[in-house]
Amino acid sequence: MLVLSPLLVPLATALLIALLHRQPVRVRRTVSLAGALLLAFCAGALLIAVEQTGRLSLAVGGWPLPYAIELAADRLSAALVFITAVLGVAVLLYQTSRADSAPETPTLHPLLHGLLAAVGAAFVTADLFNLYVWFELMLIAVLGLLVHGGEPRQLQAAFAYLALNLVGTLLLLIAVALLYGATGHLNFSALHQAAQRPELAAVLPVYVALLGLALLLKAGAFPLFFWLPASYHTLPAPVLALIGGLLTKVGVYALLRLLGEVFSAAPAVLYEALGGIALLTMVAGGLGAVYHWDLRRILAFHIVSQIGYLLLGIALASPAGAAATLFFTLHNIAAKASLFLIAGLIWALAGHHDLRRIGGLYAARPGLALLFLIAALALVGVPPLSGFWGKYLLVRESFAQERWLWGGAALAVGLLTLYSMLKIGLEAFWKPHPTGDGIAPVAGLGPAYGAVILLTALILVMGLWPEPFIHYAEAAAASLARGGSTP
Amino acid sequence: MTGRALLLERTTGPLYGLLLAAAVWILLRGHNAPGGGFIGGLVAVAGTAAYAMVFGATPAQRRVPLGPIPLALLGAALALLSGLPALALGRPYLTHLWWNLPLGFAELPLSTVLLFDIGVFLAVWGTLAGYVLALLRGGEMDRGGAP
Repeated sequence: MLVLSPLLVPLATALLIALLHRQPVRVRRTVSLAGALLLAFCAGALLIAVEQTGRLSLAVGGWPLPYAIELAADRLSAALVFITAVLGVAVLLYQTSRADSAPETPTLHPLLHGLLAAVGAAFVTADLFNLYVWFELMLIAVLGLLVHGGEPRQLQAAFAYLALNLVGTLLLLIAVALLYGATGHLNFSALHQAAQRPELAAVLPVYVALLGLALLLKAGAFPLFFWLPASYHTLPAPVLALIGGLLTKVGVYALLRLLGEVFSAAPAVLYEALGGIALLTMVAGGLGAVYHWDLRRILAFHIVSQIGYLLLGIALASPAGAAATLFFTLHNIAAKASLFLIAGLIWALAGHHDLRRIGGLYAARPGLALLFLIAALALVGVPPLSGFWGKYLLVRESFAQERWLWGGAALAVGLLTLYSMLKIGLEAFWKPHPTGDGIAPVAGLGPAYGAVILLTALILVMGLWPEPFIHYAEAAAASLARGGSTP
Repeated sequence: MTGRALLLERTTGPLYGLLLAAAVWILLRGHNAPGGGFIGGLVAVAGTAAYAMVFGATPAQRRVPLGPIPLALLGAALALLSGLPALALGRPYLTHLWWNLPLGFAELPLSTVLLFDIGVFLAVWGTLAGYVLALLRGGEMDRGGAP
C-alpha cells in the first residue's frame, strides 16, 4: 500500500481541492499544503520500509507478474519520491507568500498535485508503458500550469513546450512499442531478462538508443534542450521551482533506471555516445547561462548544464557512477529549486528579473544574500556544500576509469557556473540599485523565506554530513547493478 | 443557429434521451461484451453535443447532471475509490471483487469493476462535454452572442 502512496495521495488531494473550488483560497491552500505534508509523511515511511526490506513491490489488481502493472520502490525510487514530496511542501508553503506566487485560480492546486502524482508514479512504476503514461500526464499538467496565467507570452511558451515535448512523447511511445514487439514484455524485470536473449542482440541496441533519445529530450540534453529555456522563464516562482527542479530529473531517472538496470547489457557504444552528449550539454548550458541577463533564463540554462553532470554519471556505466548521479540529483533538486525560489524573492524585493535593472540587495537583505550564497556555491560545487560531494564522486569515478576528458570537463564547466553565479551575486546583491531608490519593504514574505530555509537546510545537511547520503546512494547503485533483485 | 430548424428541434429532444439510454446500455453491456465506460461516455457526449448544437451550449450544460467539471471529478473519485475495498481484504489495490445480489426472481451481478466503469463513464462524459461546450460557446461568441 505504501508503494501506492506517491500516486494516490496527490491524486486524491487534487480531486479534493477541485471539489472545493467554490471555497475561499485559504481553505484550498490549507488542504493543498496538508496533502503535500501527508505525501511527505508517506514518502518518509516508504524510505524507512525500503531501507528495511530492500524493495517493496505491488502488482496492481492482483494480476500475475509479469503481466500486471507492477509498482515497485527500491532505494533509488524511495529517495527520489522523498525529495519530490519535500519540494512539494516547500513550493506550496512558498505559494502562500506574496513573492511572485502564482495566481490562485481553481485549477492551480489540482494541477500542482497532478504533477506531483505523475512524477511520484514515474519514480515507482516498474512497467515501461506505464512510465510512458506518467510522462504523458506530466506533459498535460505542465501545459496546464504554463497557460494558467493566460498571458500571451505564456501561451507562446506553452506552444514551444508542447511542440518539442510531443515529439519526445511520440518517440518514447514508438520505442516502447518496438521493445514490446521484440521482447513481448513491458515489466522491467522481464525486460531485463529478455534483453539477455542472443537473438535480440542485433535489434535491441537500436530500440534502446531510440528510447534513450526520447528520454534525453525529456531530460533537456544537448542538442534537444531548446524547449526548456524557451518556456520556463514565463512561470511564477513556486511553479517554476517545482517544474524546473523536478521535471528534467524524471528524464534522468528514467535513463538511469533503463540504462543502469533494465538494459545494463546494452553495448558500450551507447554509453560512449551518452558521455559525449553529457559533455556537450554541460558546456552548452554553461555558456547559455553566461550569456543571459534575465535571472530565470540564467537558472534555466543551469538546469541544462547540470543535466550534463547527471548524464555523465550514467555514461560511466558503473555502480560508482550511478551512485554519483543519485547523490547529485538529490543535491541538484534542492539547490535548483532553492535558487528559483530566491529569484522570486529577488523579484518581489527589487522589482525585476533583469540583473541590469536591480541591485542593492546585500545592503538591504543580508539574510537573503546568505541564503543565495549557500545555494549558489552548492551549485558551483564549493566545499563543504552538497554540490562538492556530487562533483567529487563524479570526477573521482571518471578519473578512476581514465576518462580524463570527462572528468576534466566536469571541473572546467564549474568555472562557467561560478562565473554566472558571481554575475548574479555582483549584480543583484552587491552593486547599488541602479535607480537609487533602494529596496522597498514588502509584507507577507515569511512563508517564502521558510520554504527557502527548508531547502537550504537540506543542502547544508547533505554538505556537512555527506556520509549517510553517499552510503545510501552506493547501496541504491549496488541494487541497480544486481538488476533489481533483492540480496 | 441562424434561423430555426423545426424538424431538427423536434427530433433532438427524443434523440438526446435515446443516446443517453444507449450510452447506459453500452456501459452495462461492457461487463461481458464489447463496450464499457469509456465508449458509453463518448456516446453520452455525442448526446450533449447534439443538444448543444441545436439549442445552444447553456441549455445543454443544464442537462449534464451536476455540470461537466463536478461530474468528471465525481467519476474520477468513484474510479479511485473502487480500488479500496480490495485493500480492506488485504488484496492489492484495484483487485476487483464480484458478488451476486439475489432479487428473488433473478440475481443482480455487482462488482467493484462496475463502480470503476461508472467512474470512467462519468469522467469521460464530464470532461469531454466540458470541452465541447466550451468550444461551442467560443463559436457562439465569434458569431456575435449566445442564442
